[in-house]
Amino acid sequence: MGALDGPRGDGVTETKFTIIDGGRVAEVGEREGVELAKRAEAMGRPVAVARDEGVAYLGVSARERAKVLASLEAPDFTLPDLDGRVHTLSRHRGTKVLLVAYGSW
Amino acid sequence: MYEELRGYGFTVITVALDRSAEAARPWIEAAKPAHPSLIDTAHVLADLYNIVNVPTILWIDERGRIVRPNDVAFGTDTFKHITGLEAARHLAALRAWVRGEATALPEARARALQSLPTDGDQQARAEFGLGEWLYTRGRTEAAGRHFVRAGELAPHDFTIRRGTMPMRGIDPMGPKFREMLGAWVQAGNPYYRPLPE
Repeated sequence: MGALDGPRGDGVTETKFTIIDGGRVAEVGEREGVELAKRAEAMGRPVAVARDEGVAYLGVSARERAKVLASLEAPDFTLPDLDGRVHTLSRHRGTKVLLVAYGSW
Repeated sequence: MYEELRGYGFTVITVALDRSAEAARPWIEAAKPAHPSLIDTAHVLADLYNIVNVPTILWIDERGRIVRPNDVAFGTDTFKHITGLEAARHLAALRAWVRGEATALPEARARALQSLPTDGDQQARAEFGLGEWLYTRGRTEAAGRHFVRAGELAPHDFTIRRGTMPMRGIDPMGPKFREMLGAWVQAGNPYYRPLPE
């Protein structure tokens, strides 16, 4: 068993790796993390990796996003306000919505 | 505008693509909006709607359908001398749509006006997402590298190139921004991309 086999192998603890996937964060071993990132990439997903930091971000493909947008169905989202209270777009069904994205920059 | 139109079955939802709630707080508290005013540090909205600059507006109808895709509109004429965009035009169109005096764009037209993300856009957003995660954990230097990489992948995406400036210790209104904007415009590229009339 090598150093990548984990804590129960030969007492060597495998480096932790973080996978961020669709807003969910999972802690895995480095070998599994790198494997997950590779698999996502093979499936056509955009993947950003910071190997030194032990973290990878798995994004959503252009094809996937374009398909939803072209359907004209407004993608749903849930985001917090200043007080931490969350709001969901689809809760506003039945009213017209002006959606405004801005930045203080 | 919101106060005037809310009786017609209408709401405004504003979303701040900002590095923290604290960065957006002064703006929101000054405006004291009665409508939802949300914070999006991870640029969830930009990813879902292919938003590449601010302000970006969309109209969504009662059935949850996009009836006016990504457009540029300002609530006031404060920046008209820079942007060349008049607030009144959008407000008049919005008012007519909300009151039912005019229909929004036909589906085929709305679709034709959409700009859909490319692989480069989405790769840039993955790099941004990684950078943002690192930034919120205090790993500022590593974050900066991924923000820069994201900007290289999508040079037209100013939610990334300008929006990450405060997280890279750069003044987003300062000389670095003006330099970036100058080079971009000089190369024949538009900073704002409003829909055609």
